[in-house]
Amino acid sequence: MITKRIIPCLDVRDGVVVKGVNFRDLKTVDSPVRLAERYSGSGADELVFYDITASAEGRRLFTDVLRETAKRVFIPLTVGGGINTTEDFDRVLKCGADKVSVNSGAIKDPTLVRRAAALYGEQCVVLSVDVKRVDGRFTVFSRGGRDDTGIDALEWIRARVNDGAGEVVVNSIDTDGVKGGFDTELLSVVCDAVNVPVIASGGAGCYDDFIDLFRKVPKVDAGLAASVFHFGTVDIRKLKEKMRENGIEARI
Amino acid sequence: MTAIIDYGVGNLFSLLSSLEAVGAEAAVTSSPELIAASDRMILPGVGAFGDAAAKLGVTGLGEVVKEQAAKGKPVLGICLGMQLLFEQSYEFGEHKGLGLIPGSVVPVSGLVPRGYKIPHIGWNALRIRRQSPILKYVKDGDYVYFVHSYAAVGCDGYVTADTEYGAYLTAAVGDGCVYGCQFHPEKSGGTGLSILKAFTEL
Repeated sequence: MITKRIIPCLDVRDGVVVKGVNFRDLKTVDSPVRLAERYSGSGADELVFYDITASAEGRRLFTDVLRETAKRVFIPLTVGGGINTTEDFDRVLKCGADKVSVNSGAIKDPTLVRRAAALYGEQCVVLSVDVKRVDGRFTVFSRGGRDDTGIDALEWIRARVNDGAGEVVVNSIDTDGVKGGFDTELLSVVCDAVNVPVIASGGAGCYDDFIDLFRKVPKVDAGLAASVFHFGTVDIRKLKEKMRENGIEARI
Repeated sequence: MTAIIDYGVGNLFSLLSSLEAVGAEAAVTSSPELIAASDRMILPGVGAFGDAAAKLGVTGLGEVVKEQAAKGKPVLGICLGMQLLFEQSYEFGEHKGLGLIPGSVVPVSGLVPRGYKIPHIGWNALRIRRQSPILKYVKDGDYVYFVHSYAAVGCDGYVTADTEYGAYLTAAVGDGCVYGCQFHPEKSGGTGLSILKAFTEL
């Protein structure tokens, strides 16, 4: 049986990990390489690195961090943030990324997913979507959740999966940073719409939020979170034990 | 020395790092001389079978691998690299592989029940079917990381481990000095490293 994955997400700026609450009020946490090693050792199934740097110098520090991590951590690494072109795919893949996640870059250039999938394979292309309810409709937001694109989230996800996105990360802006649990309503709808792995993001505040996610949305493949892991509210090893106690397949 | 064969597909950084992590001497190379001088070979690969098989042909490295394997030099194919060890693949048409192990490569979608997601991505448990030197540190039920949409069939006599995904899919194969893993040992944590270590001890 394939296991449900637990994925810590590290937002990296200028070579250090930060985590935003509702995408604002950033706070430094720890060295990304050290955190990555710690998570891998405690049973993380995969790591996501988001580059939230704007400067060229910050970008260079990010690729250094990535290369150093890939030398020491032997689980899949996904990289996102600032991926706008196939050259960006190339840059991070060469530094040890296994998968590349596109978000605003795909909105700016809707052909990016198709072109990247053709070059690097569908398994390499992760579509990341920030979704918020607007007038009762699931709507895609861009630029870290700041801009309402007016695009229907389900139509968008279906179209990009057709183009070759091999996985979808669904980040609910309505639940992100609130720590009140994952957006199981949104995730159920997405899981019914596509036949590729779906990764839940936004809202994890405690152990039970993950158990709830996998129980209420049996088709979801993974739970992604940041601060609950960074601040030690949720220990990955303990979480996996709890998942198994609840009949949820987990790798220990 | 372990030669990681560079025929122009995929990213070999993690594979090289993982071999260094188990204390093995390794080199990424496309030199037939260096491959001939190596103690063992790894055939990596991601992407499409047709492209990869064509590149193995054009570079002549497919023939080098076959010659060296015929002399008894251990070779480990990983992911698409494993699929290339078989006789043919039906990924977008029909393509010839190296033919080092009998069998062929077909879409996972035709093997598993409806509703199972394609690609098969994630950590899945190994079911050990036969003793294999590269699996000597691995226990039945250990988890490894898979990412694939195609799988090897018609190779029952050579399957050393499989994995359950609505049906049993070929996970590892072995025939003499020829070995293959459908999963990524370089991305499978401690279990994966133990497989690479066992291979570098051959």
